[in-house]
Amino acid sequence: MPRYAVNAGGERHVFSDLKTVMACASPLRSGDELAGLAADSELRRVAARMVLADLPLTVFLSEALVPYEEDEVTRLILDGHDVAAFAPVSHMTVGQFRDWLLSYAATSETLAALAPGLTPEMVAAVSKLMRNADLIAVAAKCRVVTAFRSTLGLPGRLGSRLQPNHPTDDPLGIAASTLDGLLFGIGDAVIGINPATDNVAACITLLSMLDEVRTRFDIPTQTCVLTHVTNSIQAIERGAPLDLVFQSIAGTEAANRGFGVSLSMLAEAQAAALSLQRGTVGTNVMYFETGQGSALSADAHHGLDQQTVEVRAYGVARPFSPLLVNTVVGFIGPEYLYDSKQIIRAGLEDHCCGKLLGVPMGVDVCYTNHAEADQDDMDVLMTLLGTAGVNFVIAVPGADDVMLNYQSLSYHDVLGLRHLLDLRPAPEFDAWLGRMGMLDSVGRLAPLAAGGLPITRLLGQGA
Amino acid sequence: MADSPIPLDPFARFRAATRARIGLGRSGDAMPLRPLLDFQLAHAQARDAVHGRVDWDRVAAALPSGPVLSVHSAAPDRQTYLRRPDLGRRLDETSAVGLSDGGWDLALVIADGLSAAAVQSWAAPTIAAIFDRLPGWRIAPVVFASQARVAIGDPIGEKLGAQLVAVLIGERPGLSAADSLGIYLTYAPRSGRRDSERNCISNIHGGGLSPSQAADKLVWLARQARHLRLTGVDLKEDANRAEPIGPGAPRLDHDA
Repeated sequence: MPRYAVNAGGERHVFSDLKTVMACASPLRSGDELAGLAADSELRRVAARMVLADLPLTVFLSEALVPYEEDEVTRLILDGHDVAAFAPVSHMTVGQFRDWLLSYAATSETLAALAPGLTPEMVAAVSKLMRNADLIAVAAKCRVVTAFRSTLGLPGRLGSRLQPNHPTDDPLGIAASTLDGLLFGIGDAVIGINPATDNVAACITLLSMLDEVRTRFDIPTQTCVLTHVTNSIQAIERGAPLDLVFQSIAGTEAANRGFGVSLSMLAEAQAAALSLQRGTVGTNVMYFETGQGSALSADAHHGLDQQTVEVRAYGVARPFSPLLVNTVVGFIGPEYLYDSKQIIRAGLEDHCCGKLLGVPMGVDVCYTNHAEADQDDMDVLMTLLGTAGVNFVIAVPGADDVMLNYQSLSYHDVLGLRHLLDLRPAPEFDAWLGRMGMLDSVGRLAPLAAGGLPITRLLGQGA
Repeated sequence: MADSPIPLDPFARFRAATRARIGLGRSGDAMPLRPLLDFQLAHAQARDAVHGRVDWDRVAAALPSGPVLSVHSAAPDRQTYLRRPDLGRRLDETSAVGLSDGGWDLALVIADGLSAAAVQSWAAPTIAAIFDRLPGWRIAPVVFASQARVAIGDPIGEKLGAQLVAVLIGERPGLSAADSLGIYLTYAPRSGRRDSERNCISNIHGGGLSPSQAADKLVWLARQARHLRLTGVDLKEDANRAEPIGPGAPRLDHDA
């Protein structure tokens, strides 16, 4: 008897191994087709889900999808597994776990206690048995709170990264996009720049400039230059005012090697950033970005479907107690997520899976111009993520990133979403907006008159 | 209340410093209609560039006289092309048999890539500028490649017997430039070359590098490549003569 087989729709469906079950059970996406891993019919996809539903969660502890000996991410996941935390669900099948997650027994408290007992593979597996509404409902029950100068992930809050990118890192251009965002109440999660010129000296220049803006207006937030982890370590050594260490990460050792990082390098960077003691209300100093397809594009996916590899990236992030983690869901390209249906699904998966693992998950709600998606689709995804309790989203002026040449959310979008869903920025930042005179009598960030006090304060007079 | 003050633009002094869509104003919380329509216009141009078809006859007419060859990738249409970058890197069977070894110094390939508009606007003048700068070089007939990625230059250059291949290709459109052309130069092209074995010149368009500036850079790289017998990360651009190539260029990691 094959271990992975089921009769469904009048046919016998046999799957050669566990990772084939996982790949075939995944909702259709172009990246799995590109890798030759997708189910070749809708029927086979559901059959794989039936097989997956009846597997015990413990199968993922006994059967490594990427060999333990070959991959430090697998070792990190399995060696770090908390057996005691896992105990309440250790008897369940993947299908029973899905039903339990949706039950009233799974509260914010029980889910938080369970998180260290879950592995990325368990979480990826259960997400494949969940509809979009399930992903939203379960994520909304998860709370992951982190802090540095602001506190993120609290109930009733929606954080935002202000992304003031500029094609040549022009200081005045960056300042303009930053100040514009602050006038919309954006930037409580981080003010973070993707540098156009990516070397240590240029990054120190940007770090100093961001720190100057932050201290001049006494803004309770953190700043970040999204450069390679080795550049951040060097910047710290040269005395730069660095709040957060950034790094792109993926779910296998080989894919991380493609990014030029290893777990030991991340640990070294975290220690260096902690040594600066720059946080005021917390000590979460790491910022990670991920995205479905990055491992496949580096030919480092070990035959795993892209969603499972992605969740393993959250397993990489988790031990480093990050302040922020976000998927760049629609950025990687249509060969991985072809259209808005696939991007929306992946955004909800990434958010829910990260939260179940106890990772402070945000999303860059975004798309490129060669994907079958537009700003209407981003409206849908941001609204769904708002209801799912996403820790933060990313915003750029007018939704147009003029450096990376893709579209994210606009400052307007985040402001509208907050008001629509009655979500507020991080409490420290919210209080700052009040001190700056930017909130109206009911706490909304109302449109400002051109000569109004906050604009004068932020942009200066005599413009 | 007719005499309320005319609001001054508080962002006026910043606008020259960035193309970012700053200071758009608000309709309630939403973006006002005018900038919304501006955004939609830019996105429409980008989409049309991705899905447009190159009029190869017009490109040919604008080239210096000489024979041209047309090839097609293994991706039959645009939808397949977008989903299957691997097919866009290979020649289809018919194209593969039409290329023969000519022992050339340089092969020039014009590939549609992700922007038909870029190819239509900038490929021919850039090719002309390259010809002008390389008298005495044995240059293969210009190759037009449809539904093509950068790496299609490898089998083309290999079959033509070219020492170097330069692929001029439409870059992924952004909202601020839908017609940006890139050039990728590869020494000793053959299937399986890695992207780290190429040099890239990016951002050729009306607001970026001009065709003659791009040709200057390419010719410098081509001469260096022949001298060093390689391209890629070990061929560094001379720090004194070149500003960094392509800050503001699209990131091509995943679409080239």
